[in-house]
Amino acid sequence: MSKPKIAICWLGSCGGCDEAVVDMNEVLLRVAGTVDIVLWPVAMDFKYDRLKKMKNGEIVLSVVNGNVRNSEQEEIAKLLREKSQLILAFGACACLGGTAGLANLSTREDIFNWVYRDAPTIVNPNGNYPQTTSRVNGKELTLPELYNRVYALNAIIDVDYYLPGCPPPPYSVMYALSAVLENKLPSEGSTLAPHRALCDSCDRNRSKPDKISIRKIRRIHEVEAAPDTCFLAQGIICLGPATRDGCGVSCVNINMPCRGCFGPVEGVEDSGAKFVSTMASILDAESDEEVATVVNQFVDPVGYLYRFSLPVSTLRKKQVDK
Amino acid sequence: MTRLEGHGKIEIFLDDKGNVDDAYWQVTELRGFERFCLGRPVEELPRIMPNICGVCPSPHNIASVKALDDLYEVEPTPTAKLIRQLHYNAFMVEDHLLHFFILAGADFVIGPSAEPAERNILGVVAKVGMEIGGKVIEVRKRCREIIRYLASKPPHPEGGLPGGVSKGVTEEDRKWIRATADLCVEFCQFALELFKQIVLENKEYLNLVLNDAYKLNTYYMGLVDENNRLNFYEGKCRVVDPKGKEYALFDCHDYVDYIGEWVEPWTYIRLTHLKQIGWNGLNDNEGTSLYRVGPLARLNVADSMYTPLAQREYEAMFDTLGGKPSNHTLAYHWARLIEALQAAEHLQRIASDPLLTSKDIRNMALKLGKVGIGCVEAARGTLIHHYEADSDGRTTKVNLIVATQHNAAPICLSVKKAATEFIKGPEVKEGLLNMVEMAFRAYDPCLGCATHALPGQMPLEVNIRDHSGALIRTIQRP
Repeated sequence: MSKPKIAICWLGSCGGCDEAVVDMNEVLLRVAGTVDIVLWPVAMDFKYDRLKKMKNGEIVLSVVNGNVRNSEQEEIAKLLREKSQLILAFGACACLGGTAGLANLSTREDIFNWVYRDAPTIVNPNGNYPQTTSRVNGKELTLPELYNRVYALNAIIDVDYYLPGCPPPPYSVMYALSAVLENKLPSEGSTLAPHRALCDSCDRNRSKPDKISIRKIRRIHEVEAAPDTCFLAQGIICLGPATRDGCGVSCVNINMPCRGCFGPVEGVEDSGAKFVSTMASILDAESDEEVATVVNQFVDPVGYLYRFSLPVSTLRKKQVDK
Repeated sequence: MTRLEGHGKIEIFLDDKGNVDDAYWQVTELRGFERFCLGRPVEELPRIMPNICGVCPSPHNIASVKALDDLYEVEPTPTAKLIRQLHYNAFMVEDHLLHFFILAGADFVIGPSAEPAERNILGVVAKVGMEIGGKVIEVRKRCREIIRYLASKPPHPEGGLPGGVSKGVTEEDRKWIRATADLCVEFCQFALELFKQIVLENKEYLNLVLNDAYKLNTYYMGLVDENNRLNFYEGKCRVVDPKGKEYALFDCHDYVDYIGEWVEPWTYIRLTHLKQIGWNGLNDNEGTSLYRVGPLARLNVADSMYTPLAQREYEAMFDTLGGKPSNHTLAYHWARLIEALQAAEHLQRIASDPLLTSKDIRNMALKLGKVGIGCVEAARGTLIHHYEADSDGRTTKVNLIVATQHNAAPICLSVKKAATEFIKGPEVKEGLLNMVEMAFRAYDPCLGCATHALPGQMPLEVNIRDHSGALIRTIQRP
């Protein structure tokens, strides 16, 4: 029997998800022996012609990381969908839009103006901006079109499974791959990570007081955070209650609070809204003024609550799309 | 024509005789970190910036934290500084070694004209043996264990606070860290020996390294300490001219006076150059304002290495290459291994330092200023993070200069030179094309700096066009 064909591909990404695959180390070499990796731009020969010539559905699984920000990425995503039985959105960018999804807080024009005109190091006497088509010394050069917003993968193509994380930890990658190879997949549309919240596997949860009540929000640099105490109990914003478990609590283990890279817990669409309701229940404030005082200490709620998920949140984009 | 290559491509144009007329390396992506970080609490930036690049996230994390030290006018405690450098050197070792064994490895270990199908990690392992292949994996894994221990996820480090770090090192953990450092030194020495055997003792390869097609007469930039020794973590920015004479020595706060970013319509990347000389286009002739960064540039810029074993290798390299500076692009690979050895030796030193396990990991005497600039030598070259903040500590301005930007114009030029030398006529042989790509890969380019990743290289599309612009041939490569 021929080996199952698998593709691993990046779209708008940082390469960290590909590193996460490599972080499987020896296991990766074993997996590479049992499957036929037909496409992995980062690591192996990249024959897209071969991909185009494949029959629809010939690839058993495409592991796709990165968000979609330009025309080229959209093209690749659609081609992979056509050729693949299953698409796994891999990592926070593909699942949720990722940190680069915060770019939806700016317009394309604003980004272009800074990057190519206003930044202090720019020397641009000709007022050049990158163009999808340009002529240099009589030659035509082309670039993909940068879209006005960032999309999570499922806004562009149908996605069968999700594995969040920035990046997903190596063991969850192994779990996801073996679930596919052994045909032990849960129902379509599932997220291949625990349903519960991060707090449920956080050691600090045990020492948490029965009722947390905070009167002041503290920023992480302002305090020497106690290494064993719940961050929220210390007044430090930690997205643990609203974030899906599965990361191995790795940030909390280095005494840094959760920023939500695993996205919302099962059954919740908008982790930001979920966290706001958590906050409301732990604020120790009676009057409207007291509430306002604490809420005002919560600087940049969008940047905290949607660090990894703005493109799939109810906010999505600063301005309405044309 | 379909373009599915990912994040960069090379266009080569031939004239009516079939010789190379022009060549361009294009960056096809832009993400806008400098804009969407505005409004974010500035202390969160070390956790956001590593997403610029998941391959070299540690430099972004550390440059960002150093910018915060500067913004908050705070000096990290000696222990915090050791811990950051522990993280940093662990990163340098694994990143540099992987590049050599996977990228350069494919070009040299297997051979420049080998079949593309063999030119990957499996081919390298087949050639050097599983034992060495396994060692590469082992060293990488253990270095990344150090990063995980200090900074959460290696592809996205999350540690770092102004004036310090979030987590200290215990006496118990020092032991395995020290053992990892020893292993790294041993393996880096082995890698250098392997390089000598495979490349230097092979006349054909050595001639390739010294070939004019792989030579570029540019300026060089890199950080040096007060004794002009190579430093990855801090120091002043030194620039030497193509003949090796010091052109500038500046504090990173003055980078705007020295570095300009030129904009072209055909690429999303901005092309840095020496501002005071002014943009003189894509050339390395007399009057060029182009400079290079990264391993070879740093060795050209520094008067010496920081550690003794690396120093010996540094001297041997320049002896072989005919003195300083070396303008031979392929010598980047050699310089990279020497740097890995320095990083490994430095790891040993840090792992033995009594201060490493002190609990004094934060200096809380923060005083919020207006501007913070942090500069480090990333694996691929000088990296500058410049932030400004309002009185609430919210980000109001971000300017980033990343390593691959400095090298972007030289990469275009290197590709053109190699193409001119190796492509004659429309019939382009596979091996020759690889010779062109080698010019590109020596830089270990990392786009935006978003797209170079392990265990391979930047996916690359090369389009060759005739004088009318019609596509003759397209090749995709890892």
